[in-house]
Amino acid sequence: MVPTLAGVILLIFVLFKLFGGDPSQILAGQVASQEQIDAIRRELGLDKPWYAQLGIFVREIISFDFGKSWMTREQVSDIFLTRLPATLTITLPILVLEVSLAIPTAMLVAYYRGTLLDRTVMAICVAAMSISFLVYIIVGQYVLGFQLGWFPVQGWSDDFWRNLFTYAPLPILLAALVGLAPQTRLYRSFFLDETKSDYVRTARAKGLSESAIMRKHVLRNALVPVLTNVSLLVPGVFVGSFLLEIFFSIPGLGREIYLAVNRSDYPVIQAVTIYLSVLTMLINLAADVLYTFVDPRIQLR
Amino acid sequence: MAAVLDVTPESAWSALWRRLQQDRVGAVSLGIVVAYLVMILFAGAGFLAGGWSREVGVPYANPAFIGERPNLEGALRKRAEHKGVAPDLSAVDPLAPKYAEWERRTGELKMTEPERAMTLPWGGDRWGRDVLDKAIKGSQVSIAVGVLAALCATVIGTLLGAFAGFYGRWVNDVLEWLYNVFTSIPSILLIFSLAAVLRSGAFAHLFASGIWTVVIILAVTGWTGMYRLVRAEYMKHRSREYVLAAQAIGASAASRMFVHILPNVSHVILVQLSLLVVAFIKVEVILSFLGLGVPVDMVSWGTMLSEAQTELVIGKWWQLAAATVFMAIFLTAFSMLTDSLRDALDPKLR
Repeated sequence: MVPTLAGVILLIFVLFKLFGGDPSQILAGQVASQEQIDAIRRELGLDKPWYAQLGIFVREIISFDFGKSWMTREQVSDIFLTRLPATLTITLPILVLEVSLAIPTAMLVAYYRGTLLDRTVMAICVAAMSISFLVYIIVGQYVLGFQLGWFPVQGWSDDFWRNLFTYAPLPILLAALVGLAPQTRLYRSFFLDETKSDYVRTARAKGLSESAIMRKHVLRNALVPVLTNVSLLVPGVFVGSFLLEIFFSIPGLGREIYLAVNRSDYPVIQAVTIYLSVLTMLINLAADVLYTFVDPRIQLR
Repeated sequence: MAAVLDVTPESAWSALWRRLQQDRVGAVSLGIVVAYLVMILFAGAGFLAGGWSREVGVPYANPAFIGERPNLEGALRKRAEHKGVAPDLSAVDPLAPKYAEWERRTGELKMTEPERAMTLPWGGDRWGRDVLDKAIKGSQVSIAVGVLAALCATVIGTLLGAFAGFYGRWVNDVLEWLYNVFTSIPSILLIFSLAAVLRSGAFAHLFASGIWTVVIILAVTGWTGMYRLVRAEYMKHRSREYVLAAQAIGASAASRMFVHILPNVSHVILVQLSLLVVAFIKVEVILSFLGLGVPVDMVSWGTMLSEAQTELVIGKWWQLAAATVFMAIFLTAFSMLTDSLRDALDPKLR
């Protein structure tokens, strides 16, 4: 994990150093005197050689101190603390809803595999996946929020419960519906893989009913790849909802990064990218450890 | 009696063609995809939708089939054309002495304002451009971005995967490290970081126009899956007998990698390539919607959707419908074709 982390830091550093614009020019704006530019360069350490700058970068990462945002003068560490709750309010319910809806649907179509129901659901899934997420949001926001008035079109408050029950339901609903199609398709293939295995044939041979086989044998074994897939989705919980946040004006982390990209606010982008990469690695590590409990056949090397 | 036995084995590609023809869904999907390709070839050559950026209709011109629908914006525009007399301000206007000169210089230029149509086949957008033309041109740009980016990602992934799988040892270790680095950054953050540096960076002027910024962003973030697959295939194939035989007759490493092994793993690459095309088109649409994709003087499905969002509120739904339908049909057909392709190339998978 340490070499990977070093690689991530190096990649981000090289990317912004080599291909990024000159920070002093972005900061000083169009009309700046040479003294101003020089002062900014000294302040950011840009007058030092590259290895010294890399040292500064690493020190910033370890001390959790990326300084201030270039554009809003906000402490970068504060951005995490203030934006993350809004993001999690949206993404955690989405993840729970998506997975808990996809597992029974996938089990159902796997049970009726090869029939008209199975083929119809799969065709609907492919067609549903071919329409851009944007279209679902635009139409959903217009019809459910604007025309029918069931939900507020957009907005956010400081109260967690009000957010969760007033402003969050529409984005959560839209994202869960969109996520359902690919998840169902994937989980169906996990279930089908299991139905071909020997223990299912044995269970049939000893006269178990088809539904008991599904519930007791196939489901339990198929949960291992499902768990893998969920652990892959978990890192997305932290930024995954950036489109929803932009459309529904939710002050979350994803929207903040998008705004930072538009403002060329390098410290914010760098900090968010690096810390979320670290988080992703930790989640993957936790998932690996979790496997050994779920499936004793797997051993950590 | 001498029985004539045809012992020439069927080639892999003609077998693929035969199986595709038997698969009805696959054949229909292939037909749709080919139709799209013909359409974008014509659009690229300028035969089709060449004038997508011309303002041929009134703003928000109605689609022809609901031409009677009230169109406030369009009617306003028509009235402005007929009543084009400005109020006389020459008494107070400090620029009044220049009027004569401007009049003369305007006379030197010839300007023709074409008659704007009240209805267009599939309606018009805010500037009165033909939405159908925009959808065709947008298909060309979106599909071109998706295909080009998928090809670039495939080249990167295949080369690196081939080296890692074929050589193993330290080459493999280094490339695995690179793979881990790229996959541990959440892809949307890598995309945003690349967009930030490519837009404001030292090379921004190089990519200012054209689709290359978004192609590079997609290729750099999307090669990892291809790398993993190709690497696994090469590890499997490198010690097979046909490769050892090639080595025995003196084939170089490069020849074994790309002349002997590559054709035998090409079906894996082809399926993954088509999956990448679908994924990349979806991402391109989102990036263009956010203003991080194709430049403003081009049209793609994403830029159409970003205009459609504000249009929908005033009830002009046709641009949204056009972009959605063009995109959904292509992606559905392409996904189905990919599934058929996978079944046809790998009969064991059924």
